[in-house]
Amino acid sequence: MSETLLSVRDVSINKGLRQLLRGVDLAVKAGEIWQLRGGNGVGKTSLLRAMAGLARVEVFGSIDRCDDVLYAGHATALKSALSARDNLLSHPSGMGMPTSAEVDDALARVQLRGYEEAKAGRLSAGQKRRVALARLFLPNGRLWLLDEPFTALDTHGIKVLEARFIEHAQAGGAVVFTSHQPANLGDKLNVIDVEQFSGE
Amino acid sequence: MVSEASNKAGKVPSHSDELDVTKFLWVQTRRHLGLLIASPGEIVNPLLFFLLVVILFPLGLGPDPEQLAVLAPGILWVVALLANLMICMRLFVDDFEDGSLEQLAMAPLPLAVAVVPQLVASWLASGVILSLVSPLFGLMLGFPLEAAPTLIASLLMGTLIMLLLGGVGAALTVGIQRGGILLALLILPLYVPILIAGTRALEEVTSQGDPMVALALLGAGVTGGLVLAPMAIAAGLRVSLEL
Repeated sequence: MSETLLSVRDVSINKGLRQLLRGVDLAVKAGEIWQLRGGNGVGKTSLLRAMAGLARVEVFGSIDRCDDVLYAGHATALKSALSARDNLLSHPSGMGMPTSAEVDDALARVQLRGYEEAKAGRLSAGQKRRVALARLFLPNGRLWLLDEPFTALDTHGIKVLEARFIEHAQAGGAVVFTSHQPANLGDKLNVIDVEQFSGE
Repeated sequence: MVSEASNKAGKVPSHSDELDVTKFLWVQTRRHLGLLIASPGEIVNPLLFFLLVVILFPLGLGPDPEQLAVLAPGILWVVALLANLMICMRLFVDDFEDGSLEQLAMAPLPLAVAVVPQLVASWLASGVILSLVSPLFGLMLGFPLEAAPTLIASLLMGTLIMLLLGGVGAALTVGIQRGGILLALLILPLYVPILIAGTRALEEVTSQGDPMVALALLGAGVTGGLVLAPMAIAAGLRVSLEL
């Protein structure tokens, strides 16, 4: 289990004229879970987006990633006019192209059985969050880059998600996520404090 | 700068299946059509706008049928152009704001291909419907029913080119607050040749001339637009997404 899925070498991120982060070095291997920790505005999201390849303009240094990346950010790409099932079936990231049965199964695993036909706009904030996270229960992506995945989840939802992280890591995947709170992921968890890379 | 997904250890085996591009494009087209049907305003508003203008023009110009018939080609095309502009202003806004566009950029296929379903759905829901009902609006302006095939053909091609061109402007301005006016300034000059060719086709057909030259010009525009516009739209979206 030493295959590197993501390698970040000497990366700096600028925001306007300000240097947000500098000298970030990180290697994520298959089977690992990484938490990016740090206060608001430190640059966790910027770093995660750079890892996903979603911010190339102000990123310097070298980032190599495997070609099977799942990124889930604050913007969930959910359409309120579509049902929970259709949202996942037609998710624009396109990976895996799940079947209806797989989607219903994934929704059941995030405690949304019976909500398959419900329009996403009628769900609560936490339920929307669960629909977005149901992507993680589909055959979908090897390296997961997740921005604040625990936001708006209840304690049970958090437990389900933590169990899924461990399951994914054991299956040879890797997870990088941002969070303020300590996560209960046992010895699989590597924590990195983003504040140590603060520029200036 | 950042080197792309080339992993030194070789290609990481993927446990998601190879993407079926045809199926992906079909599913995305259905998603966009479903969204348009779920918010009928996006389809109905341009048609209502069209209808209002066609009702108001005879009131303003006087009910002389011959005078109206002379002006009809210009009126029909200018209204189609403005209706198209309304659609282009909304084209990528929702997908930009809710994160769909950045997920689309993560999809394992070129963005220039991935944006095609959105364009197809928008054209079906706006240009095609508008073209098909345009003879009805034409009748209200005294435009002869015999010339309806030319009217429909010219508008079908014209709305497609305008959507493709407008898509480039929409992609470039989607990240800008109130980018609507900028969008209009960017793309209206590009619409002028289409407007001229389109009205020319209608004038020819109503004066017993040959509309084929003007229609062929529009056809050439469609062909060129289909080849080049998706790439330009993808490039514009990359600018807006800061990729």
